[in-house]
Amino acid sequence: MTGIPLLSLAIWLPIVGGLLVLATGPDRNAGLARPLALAVAVAGFLVTLPLYTGFDGRTSDMQFVELASWIPRFNIHYRLGVDGISVLFILLNSFITPLVVLAGWKVIEEKAAQYMAAFLIMSGLMNGIFSALDAMLFYVFFEASLIPMYLIIGVWGGPNRVYAAFKFFLYTLLGSLLMLIALIYLFFQSGGSFNLLDWHALPIPLEAQKLLFFAFLAAFAVKVPMWPVHTWLPDAHVEAPTGGSVVLAAIMLKLGAYGFLRFSLPIAPDASHELAWLMIALSLTAVVYIGFVALVQADMKKLIAYSSISHMGFVTLGFFIFNHLGMEGALVQMISHGFISGAMFLCVGVLYDRMHSRQIADYGGVVNTMPKFAALFMFFAMANAGLPATSGFVGEFMVILGAVKFNFWVGFAAATTLILGAAYTLWMYKRVVFGAVANHHVAELSDIDAREFAVLGLLALCVLGMGLYPLPFTEVMHASVDNLLKHVAVSKL
Amino acid sequence: MNFVMPDLYPASAEIFLLVMACVLLLVDLFAGKGRRWLVYLLAQLTLAGCFGITLSTLDGQAVTTFSNMFVDDLFADFLKLVLYPAVAVVLVYGRGYLAARNLDKGEFYLLVLFATLGMMVMISASHFLTIYLGLELLALSLYALVAIDRDSARATEAAMKYFVLGAMASGLLLYGISMVYGAVGSLEIAEVGQRIALGGGNRTVLVFGLVFVVAGLAFKLGVVPFHMWIPDVYHGAPTAVTLFIGSAPKLAAFAIAMRVLVTGLAELAEHWQVMLMILSALSIALGNLAAIAQTNLKRMLAYSAISHMGFMLLGLLAGIVGGDPRFALNAYTSAMFYAIAYVLMSLGAFGMILLLSRAGFEAENIEDFKGLNKRSPWFAAIMMILMFSMAGVPFFVGFFAKFLVLQAVVAAGHLWLAVFAVMFSLVGAFYYLRVVKVMYFEAPTDTAPIEAPRDMRFLLSANGIAVALLGLLPAGVLEYSMWASYAFLVGH
Repeated sequence: MTGIPLLSLAIWLPIVGGLLVLATGPDRNAGLARPLALAVAVAGFLVTLPLYTGFDGRTSDMQFVELASWIPRFNIHYRLGVDGISVLFILLNSFITPLVVLAGWKVIEEKAAQYMAAFLIMSGLMNGIFSALDAMLFYVFFEASLIPMYLIIGVWGGPNRVYAAFKFFLYTLLGSLLMLIALIYLFFQSGGSFNLLDWHALPIPLEAQKLLFFAFLAAFAVKVPMWPVHTWLPDAHVEAPTGGSVVLAAIMLKLGAYGFLRFSLPIAPDASHELAWLMIALSLTAVVYIGFVALVQADMKKLIAYSSISHMGFVTLGFFIFNHLGMEGALVQMISHGFISGAMFLCVGVLYDRMHSRQIADYGGVVNTMPKFAALFMFFAMANAGLPATSGFVGEFMVILGAVKFNFWVGFAAATTLILGAAYTLWMYKRVVFGAVANHHVAELSDIDAREFAVLGLLALCVLGMGLYPLPFTEVMHASVDNLLKHVAVSKL
Repeated sequence: MNFVMPDLYPASAEIFLLVMACVLLLVDLFAGKGRRWLVYLLAQLTLAGCFGITLSTLDGQAVTTFSNMFVDDLFADFLKLVLYPAVAVVLVYGRGYLAARNLDKGEFYLLVLFATLGMMVMISASHFLTIYLGLELLALSLYALVAIDRDSARATEAAMKYFVLGAMASGLLLYGISMVYGAVGSLEIAEVGQRIALGGGNRTVLVFGLVFVVAGLAFKLGVVPFHMWIPDVYHGAPTAVTLFIGSAPKLAAFAIAMRVLVTGLAELAEHWQVMLMILSALSIALGNLAAIAQTNLKRMLAYSAISHMGFMLLGLLAGIVGGDPRFALNAYTSAMFYAIAYVLMSLGAFGMILLLSRAGFEAENIEDFKGLNKRSPWFAAIMMILMFSMAGVPFFVGFFAKFLVLQAVVAAGHLWLAVFAVMFSLVGAFYYLRVVKVMYFEAPTDTAPIEAPRDMRFLLSANGIAVALLGLLPAGVLEYSMWASYAFLVGH
């Protein structure tokens, strides 16, 4: 343990940096704002690297713990720490942020400083969510992260952005307010503590556990999002600027899934077992039904949004079959989906920047004018469909194995995603990229430049690396996942 | 005849203010039109002087004077120490607005000072008559303030409405007080509490009186169904006056609610708790729902004030559970924190309207905030902080205020009341978000530069930053509120 408060740095460096970027002021200083934002984002990523290199994968204890008193009257602490489950998300989040800054480099001409600052601040807030070990601290970060996203969708979004921004904000607020009541209830039940680890050990009667479970479900199911509360996501994705979609898909959706692991499962394990059938049913609905819905989409972003919901169904499925393969598979799937969905949205962004259309019908034969782009897009499409040797395969395969172990038919239903995912992704790819050049707009397209190539190439390396050699990711989480499963297996009645 | 000179020391701040108000009256007479800054400066100095006096006489002791009609305890001192700066901020924010409309006469400052005196008396009242005196001094000053723009039909109408309804509410309160007096034979609040605790007084008469007292208080707080005057008065009054009505008096109303209900009628808690529960639930629901339909920002903030006061009452009613005051400290602290946080946010929000207003133009419609982010990113951010804080989103002070009240409600065992309250604050989030939407998502229609005095810009910025900073570090104000509530509970 070094003396440097790494987690605090990971949270506050981007936030303070974001405020600095804001201070550069109007657009005539954008030439200063952009490099500054990139520098902050890269620095934000660099400070999280020691979290990985210094991480001890043999223990499930919280590491890099920081503790300071915040509101002593209510025993609320500034308590940070990471375990094998959360550390990877901090890295993923900090890794995605510079890419998002780069992706918005040229496209965002209006209020560029505010755009960059919003992303930096959000990145810091989300690191806070992943590292908070005090329930109030978690909640405060969880809700505060809505503000920058609301602005990102609303200010830089598409034509229907106001509707999408409101829907996003109010939907998520609804869930989290119910969670707030649950947190206050637990505070009194535990005799005046907001420490998450205390709550994990707290015995709670089954009826109360069920209510708590539903309160947490309200908050996290909306965020994941699970069927049937997913409807805000396609709207938000379609209207958000490319960077917003990337962060939304790559990180924000993971917050909900992460919440299940930190709150629902360990605090209400009996209710989780009791209601696992419901969660499995909802997850499979998301996987299969939303898969079909994705198939008929005419808008590329909408299609990828539905594909995200379907993939996140896999994640929640993996959590609630309560075996090692399922849970680790789900975690791998979360990381991998972070890379892949981020990349897919960036690819659509590349096309949108040139054509200002997301309709599949407006494209065709892009490969003729953008060969480099087509190759990368192809790779990500394959990864999205779960092709072996890409990271998309690893997680899905592990979850399916786990599901078959749990129940053959559950596994069978989950496995249909391999067909559906391939169908909707590749069919879209075929219609957009292959065939004859559809119109003169496509004919005038220019291939990706070095900046875009760097962003997509970096993500491609991650997807490939994780697909070929997932060990560096999974070995970090073994001990924590083991511990969580053991904990969940013990009744708390 | 043996006249005993009462101990004036506990009331020295009030006496100072009264003297200064008379001086101000004379100065205004001779200063003439060109020297209005002198009156303004004098008013500010008076408030600063009061602050200094209250601060220097601050001690943990509760001292009563004027035959136990007036009390100076930590609770009163703390609320007054919040009150003076709030009024001073009102004067700073309102000055430019009033000057542009030729309303910055000496009367304005004089009435504000008298209203402040009324509030101080209310805060320090330990006798039902003192409460009534303070209340009327405040109310009469406010009626006149609302009508200070004589040529405005809207303001006159609002003042008339306010006066008629206010007089009726005072009547209700007085009627209730007379019932209580008839039942227990005393008007001294602590004495009333003791006598009821010893079984004195006919319960039926007391509860009957309680109904009227609560109705009178509810009117002053502006909670449903006694809220009718709020939207019209907020809307009709000149914005600088709305700013005043919408901020500091809430503290005084909170203080008398505490004194009357908790000190005086604690034995009847089971009755007034049910009443407050209905009042607050209705206020939260109706305030938030009606605010959605408003296009006028002042009206929207009026309905938002109704819902906020409902929220504050939630904290107030959670103190006594089944006759057991175990959670009292926690609950009253939460209500006090809420009142202070609300005053801070309300000052900022109305201050923003004043900031954008200029001669001949009232920026009182939500539309007028269109594209503020283009015109002034800094003040758009301040307004955004205020709106998110009012909606109860962290990291702003409004969130902690809501959190404190909610935990007090849950502690008192009203879990479903808490769920009800948060569901309606979700509804509330919608209209606050709409203001942010207008500022950030839309292009400006009004491109006039923002012309406001430098001191106001500075203070408004500080106001917004305070809302954010107190959200990041609420522990300090929370401790002070807790000390004050503790002193209040120990004192009786």
